[in-house]
Amino acid sequence: MKPILFDRIDEPGLNTLEVYQRRGGYEMLRQALTMSREDVLAQIMDSGIRGRGGAGFQMGRKISFLPQGDMDKYLVCNADESEPGTFKDRELMQKCPHMLIEGIAISAYAGSIHTTFIYIRGEYQLQADILEAAIAEAADAGLIGERILGSDFSMSLVLHRGAGAYICGEETGLLDSLEGKRGNPRLKPPFPAIEGLYAGPTLINNVETLATVPSILRMGGADYAKIGTETSTGTKLVSISGDVKRPGNYEIELGIPSREIIYGLAGGPPEGRTVKFWFPGGSSSPVLTGDDLDIPYDFDSMAKAGTMLGSGAIIIADERRRVLDTMLKVAKFYAHESCGKCVPCREGTNWTHKMVQRIYTGEATPMDLDIMASIQEQIIGNCLCVLGDAMAMPIGSMVQKFRPELEAEIEAARERADGAATQDVVALGVADEHAGPLPVH
Amino acid sequence: MSFGRRHAPDLNDELAQRHGEHRDPVGSLAGRVPRFGHGSRVPGWDDAVDLSKAPAVIPDPATTPVPDDLRREIEAAMAKYPDRRSAAIPALHAAQAVHGWCSPEAITQVAAVMRLTPAYLTSVASFYDMFELHPKHTHDVFVCTNISCSILGADEFYEAMARAAEDEDIDVRSFECLGACDIGPMASVNGEYVGPLELADAERIVEDLNAGRPVLKDKQLRYRRSVDPNVESDGAEFAEPDPVHRADTAGLTEGSNPTTRPNTATDRPGPSAPLEIPPQDQSET
Repeated sequence: MKPILFDRIDEPGLNTLEVYQRRGGYEMLRQALTMSREDVLAQIMDSGIRGRGGAGFQMGRKISFLPQGDMDKYLVCNADESEPGTFKDRELMQKCPHMLIEGIAISAYAGSIHTTFIYIRGEYQLQADILEAAIAEAADAGLIGERILGSDFSMSLVLHRGAGAYICGEETGLLDSLEGKRGNPRLKPPFPAIEGLYAGPTLINNVETLATVPSILRMGGADYAKIGTETSTGTKLVSISGDVKRPGNYEIELGIPSREIIYGLAGGPPEGRTVKFWFPGGSSSPVLTGDDLDIPYDFDSMAKAGTMLGSGAIIIADERRRVLDTMLKVAKFYAHESCGKCVPCREGTNWTHKMVQRIYTGEATPMDLDIMASIQEQIIGNCLCVLGDAMAMPIGSMVQKFRPELEAEIEAARERADGAATQDVVALGVADEHAGPLPVH
Repeated sequence: MSFGRRHAPDLNDELAQRHGEHRDPVGSLAGRVPRFGHGSRVPGWDDAVDLSKAPAVIPDPATTPVPDDLRREIEAAMAKYPDRRSAAIPALHAAQAVHGWCSPEAITQVAAVMRLTPAYLTSVASFYDMFELHPKHTHDVFVCTNISCSILGADEFYEAMARAAEDEDIDVRSFECLGACDIGPMASVNGEYVGPLELADAERIVEDLNAGRPVLKDKQLRYRRSVDPNVESDGAEFAEPDPVHRADTAGLTEGSNPTTRPNTATDRPGPSAPLEIPPQDQSET
């Protein structure tokens, strides 16, 4: 398959306007400005492209939800890529920033939006510097700013650096953060398309989605839709990490078997190992096991398998890895990143973390697994955003799929701790050294 | 089977003892849960409020000295947004770069320029991981200890890194996913992503930081090429780009300090980021 987003991405100097334009960059913006807004939107609609950030909502429909007419509307590119396992936008922004800028300009034109932002996570300093330089270049060349390329369309683009908070990747949390507040998600509805940034209608899309827009125009929406499956059109960047030989970003056609990605492209686990469990779409997706490798990799097949494609981040663990360790990392991550606004998420993530820790210290009983599963049920659907759900789903699936292993872990830790407790009485206060491995940092 | 408290004593325990809490002898379970006289675990929660104190207000710009560079950067940031409040995060970034951390003085200066209360800015600063509300060392090493990296041994590296950086001017923090799982286990050293790391790299990072040179140049993410086999690796059928844009002639040079970001609002730099030319290839090209 010929890559669309990763087409010759390693060409030196592709981050500069000169090289990007030599490859035909910004031609699609020029063409879009000669078309009517409705035609551009129709192309995006025809392509059927679904959001690449996690939720998988159709981009064309999102634009069409924006109110018509001349008003303060905003476009925000979500570059706060913090989902564990995801690093596709990083490579795209670092190597081909102008593709993103062109995509933003075309999308803004389609939605008649004049103020746009890129919200990039604060840790991506190199990528933010590259983007900032690229924006300055594009502005100097008249590709963004007032009266772009001689048309009567004007658009400003501001790069906003975040400061390290996972929740700011959630769209309404991102808007609050962009307004200079703590990144707490908002109640929906009203959805951002009606009332978003500065209470104006706001279009929010992922980097990868927006960067695809120039290619959609180049190929034509209908032709783009021929790639992939009927409901999951196009190509997708997948980030593969963990126990594989060749971790990294790959551009795949949606709908190919997962095995082809994990073994064919990434080389599979190291020699002599097999896949024990894997996350198909970042740490928020319920885990799959080694038996699920033949599921086609697209939005609907993953949903049918009880999990989700999410941001397209595949994390592989081979049979040397303990499920419990990953469970602790997942629980700790969400407990740390919960913004604390909704009680089920704030308390649920925190208590799940504590309960997993209790397994390590030998204080847990198999009943704790049931309690943990019930906590997850009480989180799902009861909060403003899906951060709590994002912990509940993988933890719930781990308890469900690896219950015998977890029960054995509980039993082993209890025996260790009981032995230590007996010694405790003899040598006072040394319990901590015997409490088993507990990575607490 | 026992359900005793098995964690090491934490900060609250120390505070409790300092506040005169009575403890049972070690080994007794009851004594291991810290409590204050009034039953709370949070010291000072019931201290009386000083009603004679003036409420915190927006600092008077006339009497609050602000470094000129900082003021200019914050004002430029405010001008970029429809609402000046949006510049809170960029302004705090700028203040932290000047002061080293978000000290009360730094917060006051930002508040004076932005016309916001210090309380508001403190609430924002405390929400985000990258703002430090306590004094810190010059250098930052964020070690990713999230799922992918920890599968590949990040926890061991974090411990090695913490040991290597003892008594140095370096802060080592375990961080949530930094978005570079392909080079796991990895770390962000003053914002520069390096990986995959081995235990011996901890010492090298400390040496490089102390010597003031780029950290682990052979392992920096910026030089990593795409692994996708469908990507044509070198763009051979295209003309060679202008040498000005080559990675080895532009971008970070030896000895430059990556912690100071260019003041992009006042002097917009041209394209400066080197791209995908590994150091070992630079001599050949």
